[in-house]
Amino acid sequence: MAEQPAVTVAAENRAALVADQEELRNAVWGRVQLARNVHRPHTLELLRLMATDIIELHGDRLFRDDPAVVGGFCKIDGRRAVFVGHQKGDEVNENVRRNFGMPHPEGYRKAIRLYRLAERLQLPVVTFVDTPGAFPGPASEERGVAEAIARSIQVMAGLRTPIVTVITGEGGSGGALALAVGDVVIALENAVYSVISPEGAASILWRSPDYAQQAAVAMRMTAAEQLALRVIDEVVPEPAGGAHDHPDETARALRARIAYHLDALAGRDRRTLLDARYARYRRMGEFVTITSAGEAKQERGGWAERIRQFLESGRAAIVGDGVGTLPTDTDLDEDDVPLREDV
Amino acid sequence: MPIKLPFSGRRQSHPTDLWTQCPDCQEMLYNKQLDKNQRICPRCGHHFRLRVDARIGQLLDRDSFREQDAGLESVDMLGFVDQKPYPERLEAARKGTGVRDAAVWGTGTMSGTRVAICVMDFAFMGGSMGTVVGEKVTRAAEYALSERLPLIIISASGGARMQEGTLSLMQLAKTVAALGRLADAGVPFISVMTDPTTGGVFASFSALGDVNLAEPKALIGFAGARVAAGTISESLPEGFQRAEFLFEHGFIDMVVPRPRLRETIVGLLRYLRAATVVPDKSGSNGSSPMSRPLSYLESLTGREPKEAVHG
Repeated sequence: MAEQPAVTVAAENRAALVADQEELRNAVWGRVQLARNVHRPHTLELLRLMATDIIELHGDRLFRDDPAVVGGFCKIDGRRAVFVGHQKGDEVNENVRRNFGMPHPEGYRKAIRLYRLAERLQLPVVTFVDTPGAFPGPASEERGVAEAIARSIQVMAGLRTPIVTVITGEGGSGGALALAVGDVVIALENAVYSVISPEGAASILWRSPDYAQQAAVAMRMTAAEQLALRVIDEVVPEPAGGAHDHPDETARALRARIAYHLDALAGRDRRTLLDARYARYRRMGEFVTITSAGEAKQERGGWAERIRQFLESGRAAIVGDGVGTLPTDTDLDEDDVPLREDV
Repeated sequence: MPIKLPFSGRRQSHPTDLWTQCPDCQEMLYNKQLDKNQRICPRCGHHFRLRVDARIGQLLDRDSFREQDAGLESVDMLGFVDQKPYPERLEAARKGTGVRDAAVWGTGTMSGTRVAICVMDFAFMGGSMGTVVGEKVTRAAEYALSERLPLIIISASGGARMQEGTLSLMQLAKTVAALGRLADAGVPFISVMTDPTTGGVFASFSALGDVNLAEPKALIGFAGARVAAGTISESLPEGFQRAEFLFEHGFIDMVVPRPRLRETIVGLLRYLRAATVVPDKSGSNGSSPMSRPLSYLESLTGREPKEAVHG
């Protein structure tokens, strides 16, 4: 097939590899924990440190105001913008009120309303992404969380004003993407971005949430890896101890980059802007085309291979042997194929 | 099967038993009989999942289907290994199912009306959406836009494919962006949700049809039911995440039993024609820049295989 063989490991290197893997797992998991740190500055905290004239707006005009999504007007380094972001709390009561940053459909419909407002006023949009995911409960499903996410993605994709997205903490699946379809997507150094939570992936692929750390490594969810995959465009460094150590310093660094991108995008005519945004998402992912002769023709001249090798360098393959006891394939129920996102 | 698709070896590699038990009423069903009945339990009406060839055969005019981009195959961008490397899973899925990935797209006619159609196949890795599925949905939408053909997507998927990480997640944006351009240009899109349509597929193109249809009792939802139940102490509402539940809550236009699906779509197509306004009169850009194909799409159309069309 079109694939390289999995990385093979000489026996004498295996011990070193196991040590490397532990180190790697710890490093990746450390970032996941930093991204989730309850004291990490969230959307409103960051805005208060980097913006002026903040006016928060509320409500989706359909059902209620979702405290897990905030939005309104702000001035970033003198530039007027509409902001939208997930909002977590930094202590228990506030976090419960904010539903731990997990929006219901009304949160996304509030976002859509604000995007439309920005478009009408011709103000740029800045979004801040920090959520474990959309809220998965029955109330959320009844009111159509999937439709709200899909619609929000669609509105962002076609919005006739510039969008700068910042992943500040957890970029959790569709619930994150619904606020993250930007012309430029930047991320804080310890932010993570994934298609499913590592716990969810572990439950499905390893059949146990105990393998969350392996899943986090396998999904390449750190900001640096997402940059290599070109899912994000830029990583903004954090202070040594993480963003929560020096929120003001973090906000200052972010402000400069947001302002830079707002200026760069402001000059583009709308057609160019929309075409570039479309192209940005159109190129996501990689595949090969099998010709009638049975050969695999690579798209974009083997770009995928280069990226993969780049990702692979400085990191060993996560092989099953030597990493403790993994459940064997025979433990898996064949009927319930554990190959899909289920959260 | 009334149509011939370039799938090899499916019959041989699927040594099916003669009998299937209905999961709903426990009746033992003779497989030949079940196939003849569009894979619906004759006793209780349970809709079994359909493979892509059977689905296309039931919906399109005989011999009208022309598959496009049949050669697309997934690659392992992340070097993903869980209990098995992703390439091995892909290889096993290809061998086991006889298809290259979880979606097939092409053109065909329905009662004489030309359509672009994309059909998902749950048998291939749970119908999960990786780059290839996203690419096929997007190409179907872009082709529908450039040819101004109604687009039909039949979903059957557990959601985004974890083995391609955020690249799978980005397929939500890619497909939905293409559908946005289709909608702006006034080209209709019918979404048909079959069992199951969940996760990132439901949270992207499936939810956005101009008309949304679903098969009876199909599981349709955003989060896995266990997750949803875990978030609250009470039990889930009756019929939670089933097609009828979504109908009741206003996200589906009709729940359509399989034997009526073709005629329902044909009936809809009589109304859902591509809007006739194409303001691309030579030189003028038209009043709405979104209603003509954008430059990026124009560059793509050269890439689409041209086909001998319809009968």
